[in-house]
Amino acid sequence: MSAPTHPVQTYSPREFHRQAHDALGNPQIRANFRKAMDGLMAKRRDIFSDWDLETLRELGANIRLRALAKLPDLLERLEANCAANGIRVHWAESGEEACRLIREICEAHDAKSVIKGKSMVSEEMHLNAHLEAAGIEALESDLGEYLVQLNEQTPSHIIMPAIHLNTDEISGILHDKTGTERTRDVDYMTAAARAQLRERFMAADVGISGVNFAVAETGTLCLVENEGNGRMTTTVPPVHIAVTGIEKVVEHLRDVPPLYALLTRSATGQHVTTYFNMISSPRKTGEHDGPREVHLVLVDSGRSNIYQDDELLDTLRCIRCGACMNHCPVYTRVGGHTYGTTYPGPIGSILSPHLMGLEETKDLPTASSLCGACGEVCPVKIPIPDLLVRLRKESVGEGRGNVPGAGVKRAKSEVAAWKAFQWLATHPGVWRGSMAMAGKLKALMPSRLGPWTECRSAPKPAKTTLHALVKRHHATKHDGEER
Amino acid sequence: MTPVKCYPPKPERVYFFGTCLVDLFYPEAGLDGIRLLEREGIEVLFPQDQTCCGQPPYTSGYHDEARAVAAAQLDLFPEPWPIIVPSGSCGGMMRTHYPQLFAGTPQEAQAREVAGRVFELTEFLVHVCHLRLEDRGEPETVVMHTSCSARREMGLAETGPALLGKLGQVELVEQARASECCGFGGTFAVRHPEVSAAMVEDKTQAIEATGATRFVTSDCGCMMNIAGRFEHQKKPVKGEHIASYLWRRTS
Repeated sequence: MSAPTHPVQTYSPREFHRQAHDALGNPQIRANFRKAMDGLMAKRRDIFSDWDLETLRELGANIRLRALAKLPDLLERLEANCAANGIRVHWAESGEEACRLIREICEAHDAKSVIKGKSMVSEEMHLNAHLEAAGIEALESDLGEYLVQLNEQTPSHIIMPAIHLNTDEISGILHDKTGTERTRDVDYMTAAARAQLRERFMAADVGISGVNFAVAETGTLCLVENEGNGRMTTTVPPVHIAVTGIEKVVEHLRDVPPLYALLTRSATGQHVTTYFNMISSPRKTGEHDGPREVHLVLVDSGRSNIYQDDELLDTLRCIRCGACMNHCPVYTRVGGHTYGTTYPGPIGSILSPHLMGLEETKDLPTASSLCGACGEVCPVKIPIPDLLVRLRKESVGEGRGNVPGAGVKRAKSEVAAWKAFQWLATHPGVWRGSMAMAGKLKALMPSRLGPWTECRSAPKPAKTTLHALVKRHHATKHDGEER
Repeated sequence: MTPVKCYPPKPERVYFFGTCLVDLFYPEAGLDGIRLLEREGIEVLFPQDQTCCGQPPYTSGYHDEARAVAAAQLDLFPEPWPIIVPSGSCGGMMRTHYPQLFAGTPQEAQAREVAGRVFELTEFLVHVCHLRLEDRGEPETVVMHTSCSARREMGLAETGPALLGKLGQVELVEQARASECCGFGGTFAVRHPEVSAAMVEDKTQAIEATGATRFVTSDCGCMMNIAGRFEHQKKPVKGEHIASYLWRRTS
């Protein structure tokens, strides 16, 4: 079998329509996502089957809401308790600032090689490119991230970054980029990647990881993972830098188990992950391993702006499980790259406009049929469809105007069309007349209605409207009663 | 999560809100819904000044316009009778989104009161009328497609199938991925036509794979989409609103 070719592709949310067109026309992408999403949906359904899921979701939502309600206070407590534990805390207002802070820590240790655990916020701020520009090599150690990096792509899913690739494609990438023997044996490939990464863990100067839950009351950083690469990243190199968005803080240690239970089951259908790391300090006197320094970089990057709005605030509840994308009929068909954002799928469509602005992302809030599957499965009950509608409102300039790029889609013609619709629907006599007229003139109705009729027949107005049918029906009945 | 709804006893009268899609494209479905209610001894009031629930501008982000349209409907139901809507989509708009849309306006209380009286037709037939049906039709296999709004916004995944289950001669078969959206989504089908097309293609394939030549739905948006796709492909599968299907087989 010939090696699949993998041209370097870049994606932009501005190109959503073109990228969707390409993905829809790519049978491999369609099949890979459909199969993977069907599997993930079934696993989630099975594992929650003997749980009181609604009670657990309610609990999860309330834990996150309580944390957000106290966010400024919790962040200060987190900083104080981390500092007391010997973890150095840094604040970054933007992704660029976070990159700079991380680079400076690396440079202070003369670091040339960085090993990375999985971190979506580092993807969001393009950390790898920033470090590489400064002559620091950053290698991803999560298997999916490693494959995506080898293939010069970005993750297509927040939990399973290489979900767009099938076994043959992965084999081709490992062969082309690392000389691994071509095979369909998944265990062989995993072992090969493991061996390749193992050397790099030993040689890395700095380990960089994300954070799933940062516990304010104890100053503990929790990291959820399956491959042990997170533990290696955070224990082997002499310096560990954890980077996270400010919303990941929770108040108490006891808040973690319910969120963890929801996270693993919603994400991959697992009762627990293979590894659950709780990082509380650097190596202590007398200890034989662990990093000598631990840093925590707290990134705002638009989040405090979301926080100001009592409705949009719900966006920050997210625990990044990916269940919304797994259940999204749009994501399932177009895949993650089509969105052109770090966070794809429904959560991406409500988060990315705040991170990138609505000019860039204006096609994302509309890329949903509002079917509600995302909101139904969200473990912390984020009302995703309502937030999509809110962002549509912001896009057309009828919101509060506090989202970057608000009003970008306001078009005079569309406003006029809705105003006309409003006028018609608030003048019942004219409405009835128009509806009746549409039925009478149906021969004049176009049989092609733009994109609708590309694949469907045009709906035909009925000869008689319901208004008229009911009138006639009541008259007949009345006559009947009189006779 | 749909709150648990306490159902009232069967009333003497109800209001019927036909919806604009039914009014224009599927008026018989609306009339059949009215007939089913009347057969249960309920007088059906149809306010002639009704137009549209306001959902199209609402989901497009034009909330001032949606509010104006919705406000024009609020006064049409002055008596405390239930308001029956033959659509989960428009029913969900009125029940779930009217209170949000009018929050903080002088009509908030009225919107809440109206929303509390809104019932989707199959919901009302099952839970309030406790409908009994005598099937007079030929044996037939059908597929039910429950709209996403009925299923998720109104929590009514079961009422359509429950009604079809009362038809002795009808075998109800389940399509693969029954809970997946058909791809209509109102303006979604126009703004993202290619994605929508891929979704409806999969939906028609799932329905066709059951071997049934008829699908029944409680939402005319889904019907327009799915049946439109079948018709375009010149496939023999037909769609029918559940009200018409029930009336046709039992009258």
